[in-house]
Amino acid sequence: MPYLPHTREDMASMLKTVGVDNLDHLFSTIPEDCRFNGDLNLPEPLTEWELNDHMAALAHSVGVSPEYKVFMGAGSYEHFVPASISYLLSRSEFVTSYTPYQPEMSQGTLQAIYEYQTLAARLVGMEIATASHYDGATALAESLLMAVRVTKRRRVAISSLIHPLYRRVIQTYFEPTGCEVEELGYLENGVTDVAALDEMDDLAAVAVQSPNFFGCIENLQAIGKKVHEKEALFVVSFTEALAYGLLKNPGSQDADIVCGEGQSLGIPRSFGGPGLGILASHKKYMRSLPGRLVGQTTDLEGKRGFVLTLATREQHIRREKATSNICTNNSLCALAAAMYMASVGGSGIRELARLNYDRAEYLKHELEGAGCKVSFDSPTFNEFVVEFPTGFAATYERLLEKRIVAGLPLARYYPELANHCLLCVTETRSKDDMDALVREVAS
Amino acid sequence: MVMKEISELNLPDDIRYANDHEWARLEGDKVRVGLDDYAQDQLGDIVFVELPQVGATFKQGEEFATVESVKAVCECYLPVGGKILAVNSALEESPELVNKSPYGDGWFVEVDPSDRSDMDTLMTSVACLEKLKGAD
Amino acid sequence: MKEFLGTTGLILNEPLLWEKGKKGRCGFSLPRRDVESFPINDDILGEGPDFPDLSEMDVVRHYTRLSQWNFGVDTGMYPLGSCTMKYSPKTNERQAGLQGFTGAHPLLPASLSQGVLKMMFELEQYLSEISGMDATTLQPAAGAHGEFTGILLIYAFHKSKGVQRSKLIVPDTAHGTNPASIALCGYRPVPVTSNEQGILSVEAIAEVMDEDTAGIMVTNPNTLGLFEENGRKIAEIVHAKGGLVYCDGANMNAMMGVVKMGHIGVDIMHLNLHKTFSTPHGGGGPGSGPVCVKKPLEPFLPIPRVVEQKGRYVLAEHYPESIGKIAAFHGNVGVMIKAYSYIRSMGPKKLKKASQLAVLNANYIKEKLKGVLHLPYDRRCMHECVFSDEYQRAKKVTTLDMAKGLMDFGFHPPTVYFPLVVHGAIMIEPTETESKEDIDQFIEAFKAIVDEASTDPDVLHEAPKNCKVRRLDETTAARKPCLAG
Repeated sequence: MPYLPHTREDMASMLKTVGVDNLDHLFSTIPEDCRFNGDLNLPEPLTEWELNDHMAALAHSVGVSPEYKVFMGAGSYEHFVPASISYLLSRSEFVTSYTPYQPEMSQGTLQAIYEYQTLAARLVGMEIATASHYDGATALAESLLMAVRVTKRRRVAISSLIHPLYRRVIQTYFEPTGCEVEELGYLENGVTDVAALDEMDDLAAVAVQSPNFFGCIENLQAIGKKVHEKEALFVVSFTEALAYGLLKNPGSQDADIVCGEGQSLGIPRSFGGPGLGILASHKKYMRSLPGRLVGQTTDLEGKRGFVLTLATREQHIRREKATSNICTNNSLCALAAAMYMASVGGSGIRELARLNYDRAEYLKHELEGAGCKVSFDSPTFNEFVVEFPTGFAATYERLLEKRIVAGLPLARYYPELANHCLLCVTETRSKDDMDALVREVAS
Repeated sequence: MVMKEISELNLPDDIRYANDHEWARLEGDKVRVGLDDYAQDQLGDIVFVELPQVGATFKQGEEFATVESVKAVCECYLPVGGKILAVNSALEESPELVNKSPYGDGWFVEVDPSDRSDMDTLMTSVACLEKLKGAD
Repeated sequence: MKEFLGTTGLILNEPLLWEKGKKGRCGFSLPRRDVESFPINDDILGEGPDFPDLSEMDVVRHYTRLSQWNFGVDTGMYPLGSCTMKYSPKTNERQAGLQGFTGAHPLLPASLSQGVLKMMFELEQYLSEISGMDATTLQPAAGAHGEFTGILLIYAFHKSKGVQRSKLIVPDTAHGTNPASIALCGYRPVPVTSNEQGILSVEAIAEVMDEDTAGIMVTNPNTLGLFEENGRKIAEIVHAKGGLVYCDGANMNAMMGVVKMGHIGVDIMHLNLHKTFSTPHGGGGPGSGPVCVKKPLEPFLPIPRVVEQKGRYVLAEHYPESIGKIAAFHGNVGVMIKAYSYIRSMGPKKLKKASQLAVLNANYIKEKLKGVLHLPYDRRCMHECVFSDEYQRAKKVTTLDMAKGLMDFGFHPPTVYFPLVVHGAIMIEPTETESKEDIDQFIEAFKAIVDEASTDPDVLHEAPKNCKVRRLDETTAARKPCLAG
């Protein structure tokens, strides 16, 4: 029997202790009209070897590297993950432990998450970061709810260049709150149009994404200034964490809350989840933060140790007045991100991010040479939007047949950009890959 | 962490006590308010006290502060209604004052009472002790 | 001298990451540069983050040492009530690690993602079948996220009827996530007290249920480990006034193949893949909290939905009444694969057996420890049982002391101080993957601790002694939080 260690003798002995004849009678307190007496309609069990075959067949049908060259980012990025990280993440003391409510036997997880909090905060230039959220979208939704709590105002403004799926999540989260969500349009050069803020009052927060969904880098300093004139909180979100290995971080541009997706930091894409919601802010907002926090302390003998702290914000204590309902978060993903940041290091992350930037710039130039138009002239990081020459849909299909996914067509999300495509180049797409794409587009 | 027996509690005579363990002491025209020995003992080590703004007004029985220990939160209700004249800002750096000196340095707020007869609705230390004994 | 599991052993100290390393070290093989460097505007160029520079060995030793300070299910018994710390089969890890799954971009065209879409479609069907419901969404990332989704569905349902109700009934035994999720949706939680038998009474619900109540949120079995025997009648009362019944499915491990929640009046429920369905807890996630619903609620489910059309699978978005999205993409697919593999490995009969054995193990522990620890509800329990520290209080030994003592004996403590209705609660959930020998060892250890409580209570006041650290100063951690280095 898989994973069920009881022998007949074990069961007989235990049933005797409990004073019951058979396993079915254990449920005698359940009224007859509640009992299900049939068999579950599920497939018969597979052996481990049959399961291997079954899953391999499913996995094999999916379009992934190295057979497919996927030039898509849009919130999910292909990056190299060193073997050391996959190996370390398989240590079952990390994998099979629970939330560290008993800190004395969870110091491994607790120190590791404290380290993650520190490195994540440093990456985005803020003072403190939480222990993790589900993904960039929910981290952004929680940040806006936090701003509403802190300022006691009921209106937020969000850029239309925040990832479209993130904006849908915000709408869903805000629907029952009665708070207003305004959207800010965008300018010809592919960045947020903040002019409309002049007419808006009583704002709890203004949120932009940088690099934004078009890959363009926003002028955070200028936007921040306008937001603070309105006495609102400046929320900066991101989908590509690696960008801050190279670019000015949001903390240095006066962000109040920084939130985003950490999947790029050593976590595989896995068809969109699990990811890593990063949320960081200033110490002064500490008690309003949603999510778990690990803090440093000492034990009875004065040795350094770590504990979950400020738990009175959380659901298990504060219940309906909690800063969030989050319980299980994405701890193992935060651990992976910390391992990644530790492995790539301060010197390494800069070089890696620079390579992303340079490769994307190369593809941009080559595609322009092949007759494409780069849609927005703002600086970008590793994603950008192009307009293919006419007949785009046919080109895209032809490229798919050649096992090249030429970016994400934008028509679905921005109807005004019907022939435009969002392309992403990371360190995993070589010059050869890019040249092949350009050749196909040009022909 | 071991809690006190009822006989070990300190409930001074010159103070009045509310049902949920806030205390009020008349000091000339003002009323000083805090949390009594039973409450601080039950809560354990206090880690954070959230106090209202000076100038805010509350009715008798309205929530005006919260007190946090490591594992619990306690809402505090104003025993005597009125306007907040002063708050004990020392509690920001040293919340443990509520444990060490609940009737002295651990005070919460000074109130300008809107109705001094509110004091008469509160319990004496004898009545408070009786209530605690009855509840046990 | 009897030899218990817990012992001392050599583990190593390990500093924080930024206390190690040397500038210029790198633990990452930087890819070959095959393009030139392009100019970058100084306006946007930053300084890069202040990360330490570490070699691969620095990183490997660091995390290997840290892991040894932890205790997992693979280390020993982890009887955390309401968490279902069952064994996580390693084949599930292998399946989730296949390149075709890990490398998949969530927005791939359907033609390139058939395998993963098929897995999701089938998993939805399995979960609908097990819960006795009509449709499932896999999008919520954890149980609490599922609760939030479920209440959003309740909100949308009432809105579609042109009504806005203001409250939801919540039992006093509810997990903290329940009222927190309710509040997120703008509802007011209305608490009800369980009766002397530890379950909800029909009268208590009838008293508070009215036309302004959107519904009720129950956990069944509840957090005392007891089956809510009046569940069916309670559902009738709630439905009669137009409300909906939400079931927190965290305790589903007692019920597979035994009770179908959809058959006893439940309209919406969430499941925890990282509890009932064996996916590992990861030290606090990632989990997955799918939500299963009855037909009337199906139109409101989050999008996209996985749909089958003539043997092909697609992600469909055209559901005008959908609540929208609660996560950026499709949910924690990496976790779903493990639950899918588990269900395919167990099959229908063994899933039912798992629930039966989980309940057997819990009742066995209850019978063996009930003279030793105070049992507030001396009745047949489901997959978990709840004791209290009442017998030990005279010697000033608390639930906390006994929990810390258990560590030195080599066991993770049970859940403590929850549910709130039992003072000093000790909630023990062994799960079905613990053998009789391991459970007997646990019982022996607990008996030894209870003995220590009467003969030498100071040993327990100072426990644990064998762990990496002694008891930690949580007061200072909360008074003067130090959240980053």
